[in-house]
Amino acid sequence: MRLKIKAMEFGYGSVTILKDVSMELAESEVLGVVGPNGAGKSTLIRCIDRIISPQKGSILVDGGEIKKMSSTDRAKKIGYVPQGVAQVFPTTVFDTVLMGRRPHFGWWSRKEDNEKVLDMLELLHLEQFAMRGINELSGGQQQKVFIARALTQEADILLLDEPVSALDIRHQLEVLNVVRKVVKERGISVMISIHDLNLASRFSDRLLMMHNGTIFATGSSSSVFTPENIKQVYGVEANVSRHGGRNYIAPDKPVEE
Amino acid sequence: MTASSETISKPEIAKTERAQISAHYTKSNKRKIYFILFLVILMFIFAGVAATLGSYQISFTEVYSILFHCLFHSVETYEEYAVWELRLPRILLAILAGMGLGVAGTMMQGILRNPLAEPYTMGIASGAGFGAALVIILGIGTDVIGGYSRYALIASSFIFALVPACVVLAMVLYRKPTPGTLVLAGISMLYIFSALTMLIQVPANPDAVKVAQFWAVGSLERASWQDIFPISIVLACCLPLLMWKTWDINILNAGDEIAESIGINVKRTRIFVMMVSAVLTAGVVCFVGAISFVGLVSPHICRMAIGADNRFLLPASAIFGAVLLLLADTIARTVAAPLVIPIGIVTAIMGTPLFLYLILKKKGEYW
Repeated sequence: MRLKIKAMEFGYGSVTILKDVSMELAESEVLGVVGPNGAGKSTLIRCIDRIISPQKGSILVDGGEIKKMSSTDRAKKIGYVPQGVAQVFPTTVFDTVLMGRRPHFGWWSRKEDNEKVLDMLELLHLEQFAMRGINELSGGQQQKVFIARALTQEADILLLDEPVSALDIRHQLEVLNVVRKVVKERGISVMISIHDLNLASRFSDRLLMMHNGTIFATGSSSSVFTPENIKQVYGVEANVSRHGGRNYIAPDKPVEE
Repeated sequence: MTASSETISKPEIAKTERAQISAHYTKSNKRKIYFILFLVILMFIFAGVAATLGSYQISFTEVYSILFHCLFHSVETYEEYAVWELRLPRILLAILAGMGLGVAGTMMQGILRNPLAEPYTMGIASGAGFGAALVIILGIGTDVIGGYSRYALIASSFIFALVPACVVLAMVLYRKPTPGTLVLAGISMLYIFSALTMLIQVPANPDAVKVAQFWAVGSLERASWQDIFPISIVLACCLPLLMWKTWDINILNAGDEIAESIGINVKRTRIFVMMVSAVLTAGVVCFVGAISFVGLVSPHICRMAIGADNRFLLPASAIFGAVLLLLADTIARTVAAPLVIPIGIVTAIMGTPLFLYLILKKKGEYW
């Protein structure tokens, strides 16, 4: 197991956001995290990367307790792409991706750091944008740049918080294909929160459904995406169809209260 | 990457593409260094010109021979006195103050990710103005009526300049403010200290009020070798510390959560850079007064020229600030000679149209 969380709890003051969360992430696995707004998807991801600190429970990465690691060591284990960040002062794509090398060099990049950046630009087909400002790119291209930056950290775990919510269908597919590609080629593990249930079903190896700060269900799309689960978690009547061994959802109407 | 592609030539294409990107990257970094060198040359030219100008006509070559002579001998003639004791300290003070303000502005904009952040909007300048007004109006440190001690003034403005920074520091330590909140806190410090300065001026002697107001605008009138020494020490301490943090500040620009996840302690970095920049600003402002605009304009203009990489932007806007102050001071003492206009007025009047022109003309978004 790359990542193992046991009985984690997080809250602000008296408000509990995450309750008794236990989960695992295996090697070369894409774990899709789904759930309605406010279910705790982002909070879970931010707890794992220590952006916020859970009050209880343990988070183990490769068997080591994450809170005991230095921030540089943690950055070498986990890469994170938060949702919807806008940079105030634009930098070039090359310099943006180079930021991910921070855990590996001090003040000035070495030749090998630049080479790693070039590798990533190639892998994500961003070569032609290398010297452009990231503000000149489309949302989908920017998202790829941010993923490239997280990947140059050379972490084994990649956390993506809603990477495709703001993108059109073509860019959604492009970005998620890129994620699948790096999982295949580099053997990393990805945890990805995603609103579109059908994309989640199609691109994840395993699903994790959250509801009110707890893990409601976990497993394959055929076991998680059932009409009953959708009804209970989202309050929506939905038709479920099967295609290529996965369950897809066609929402019908909100459940009458 | 594995070469499982359809055609044999694909890895070849990739190879040349890599080389092209690398070459392009190196070239763009070199261009940034050339820009900095260009500013350095400009600075020396402006310094040379500034040394020839004044009520006493001295030529360019004479200036340099006097400088060389005075390095090894004591001052003898009146020309030597004018160049070595009057003009040179003033030129050096303009350079050092411009550097300090340019750097402080760059760093504050960087850590707060805000194009408005600078020593003035963060309240540091008005804190210093209050500290100075306090000494001038209460006549602290001297028995002469209407007089004041210059040392007391420097100390007081230095200390009060640090107050707004300490407020920001306290906020970062005990709350979790966003960069925007910190800028608002800075601006409210600006209002408080401006109001307090006005308040103590209400019952005061009009002459003292005038002195305090002139001080607040900023001036290089009293430049002397005694000022150059401490200000150089402040710069020599602060600049390397800030330069060392420039790469982390680049990453902070990407957002707090990203910086945190890349392994930067955002809180500690922000406090460190904020405090060093505050000491730097205070160290400059307590000698020359609250010269406005340099801290705001230098980073923006340099960013337009060479981009937002702070490793290049910091030295560039340091030297740009120096050039700007040299130019402004030269104008300040020649345009209405023998009347000398306070330099802060010149920087604002001269800088505003230039700045507006540049931000309206710029292509693409810079902030």
